[in-house]
Amino acid sequence: MSHAQVLFARMAEHPTDSHTLVMYEATGGYVQARRAMDMTRDEIVELVKTSGLLGRGGAAFSAGLKWSFLAPARPAYLVVNGDESEPGTFKDRQLLERDPHQMIEGIIIASVANEVREAFIYIRGEYPKPARRVQQAIDEAYAAGYLGKGIFGTDYDLDVTVHLGGGAYICGEETALINSLEGKRGEPRLKPPYFPAAKGLYMMPTIVNNVETVSNLPHIFEMGTDDYRALGHATDTGTFLFSVSGHVKEPGNYELPHGITWRELIFDVAGGMREDRGLKAWIPGGASAPWFVPEHHLDLEITKEATGAAGSMLGSGAVVVMDETTCVVKAAERVVRFFSHESCGQCTPCREGTTWLEMILRRIEAGSGRPIDAELLLDVSDNISPGLTWPPKQTTICPLGPSAVSPITSVAKYFADELRQHIVQGGCPLD
Amino acid sequence: MSLWPADVQERAKELIGRYPDPKSAVMPLLYLAMRQDGYLTEAGMGEVAGWTGHTPAQVQSVATFYGMFKTEPLGQYLVSVCTSISCMLLGGDDVLEAVEEATGVPHGETDAERLFSVEHVECLGACGGAPAVQVNYELIEGSTPDQARALCRWLQDERPEVVNTDDMQERFGGRRSFDWAIAESENAVGPYPAFGPYGTTPGGEV
Repeated sequence: MSHAQVLFARMAEHPTDSHTLVMYEATGGYVQARRAMDMTRDEIVELVKTSGLLGRGGAAFSAGLKWSFLAPARPAYLVVNGDESEPGTFKDRQLLERDPHQMIEGIIIASVANEVREAFIYIRGEYPKPARRVQQAIDEAYAAGYLGKGIFGTDYDLDVTVHLGGGAYICGEETALINSLEGKRGEPRLKPPYFPAAKGLYMMPTIVNNVETVSNLPHIFEMGTDDYRALGHATDTGTFLFSVSGHVKEPGNYELPHGITWRELIFDVAGGMREDRGLKAWIPGGASAPWFVPEHHLDLEITKEATGAAGSMLGSGAVVVMDETTCVVKAAERVVRFFSHESCGQCTPCREGTTWLEMILRRIEAGSGRPIDAELLLDVSDNISPGLTWPPKQTTICPLGPSAVSPITSVAKYFADELRQHIVQGGCPLD
Repeated sequence: MSLWPADVQERAKELIGRYPDPKSAVMPLLYLAMRQDGYLTEAGMGEVAGWTGHTPAQVQSVATFYGMFKTEPLGQYLVSVCTSISCMLLGGDDVLEAVEEATGVPHGETDAERLFSVEHVECLGACGGAPAVQVNYELIEGSTPDQARALCRWLQDERPEVVNTDDMQERFGGRRSFDWAIAESENAVGPYPAFGPYGTTPGGEV
């Protein structure tokens, strides 16, 4: 495999000390943050816009554009979203553990760009080890004068605080994350009016960026926007971190350009199927994404556009691969159970809908499915996301509810017979 | 009047000082309260309310929203088994069954001597090393039912005061999501995340 390694380069070349300040600086670290100190907000925002960097947390929105929306009131805050909890996703954990200074340098750049003096890193509670690594790196950066009062000898003050979550997926949603950081229940806020760039943390302008997004910034500065764009695909610039899991021979995080095919990703990069079994389906972009199947999607190019046109999304880059022995009803039940468990409960369609979907799937898998259940699953789904379109329509404050519909529509579309067999036979045909 | 010893109060002040608004410190302080009492007691949550300026009802509403804040007594070892999609595909359900069998503790419960609490949890972000298990939030990747049983026996027989992720991974783990590479020197002391600033590690010195 000869794809350019950027975010993973340092940890690959210096496996035992890529997390230390000494190694970070020995490999060119904090040079770009120093450069950013001499640039204006407009210059940095323009540079990031030109780079084409899209947010890596799942929504794939232009990072530079997001920054340009920042309202003029101050103080402004930066919150780095390290609440990585989308089933199948484990890329941020690797960035946090193995190269925390890369993210911190990105935080400095993002802070200067957005006139931020106080930044927070929200790390999920189940990630104590990544949090410890990041805290060690922050402590080193403070001691070196790269964080704290007058960073890099300028008159710019910047404080960074690690905040550990409490085990709630919903806090990955940016307004829920902000509520959580304010010491409240992690319930999403309505947008409008609560767009973080205008009314975010403590009702002040706030930028929320994913760990991977921020970790890209030093490289955009170092390479320049032309070279950075050239790493990727015309519309999807830079590299992208894929978390591949499930029934492949070599699961793991892979840094790749957009534009390769799913066949290449699953069969070359991830080593192909375990025990050389047949490929049944895969989730292309985290639990929220509608599934793909080999008959239709294997030779599709992996880009945001092509994936969207085929009715799914790249989301957080989590690819969950299922072989021919997988019961799709059980797989769907597991994904739906997740959303049911993680629903914050504010909106009725999500709270009630995900609960019912989980119960119906469970009884089908257990052999007590009713003839009407296949239809009922779609009916309940339609009440959560009217029309069952892609991208989904929302009856809820945030996209969590509609995400739970993805596995249902996937099974209905590609595996209707298997679902029906469960109901007719009174049990799983694969058992 | 605080129920907490002076050093814990100092820690609480430090944590509050990290935020523009004391109310933001409710989550770190809840972890601090868990370390004091082993779980969140009503008195502990009241203490957090006093420090942060929330009402006790607000603190309780926050505490019950998040899965890691436990308002019932816990065992010394909280064993969490991931049964989300990627772990399920590779046998997470069998690992859970093995843990429940070896400890005699079903999901969501704690044994009478308060040695083990067991739960199945949603995705732990260890999908490349599925199935994943955590003991007091310290990770073990690439588990199997046999290794999970051995892990529980080890905890039962040795009763380690602290648990270390590298140590457990070495003894009871298999394939990892990625190379951990760097030795982890910090240990967890109880059923809450071991993070120095929160005073929930031996290094935290509370």
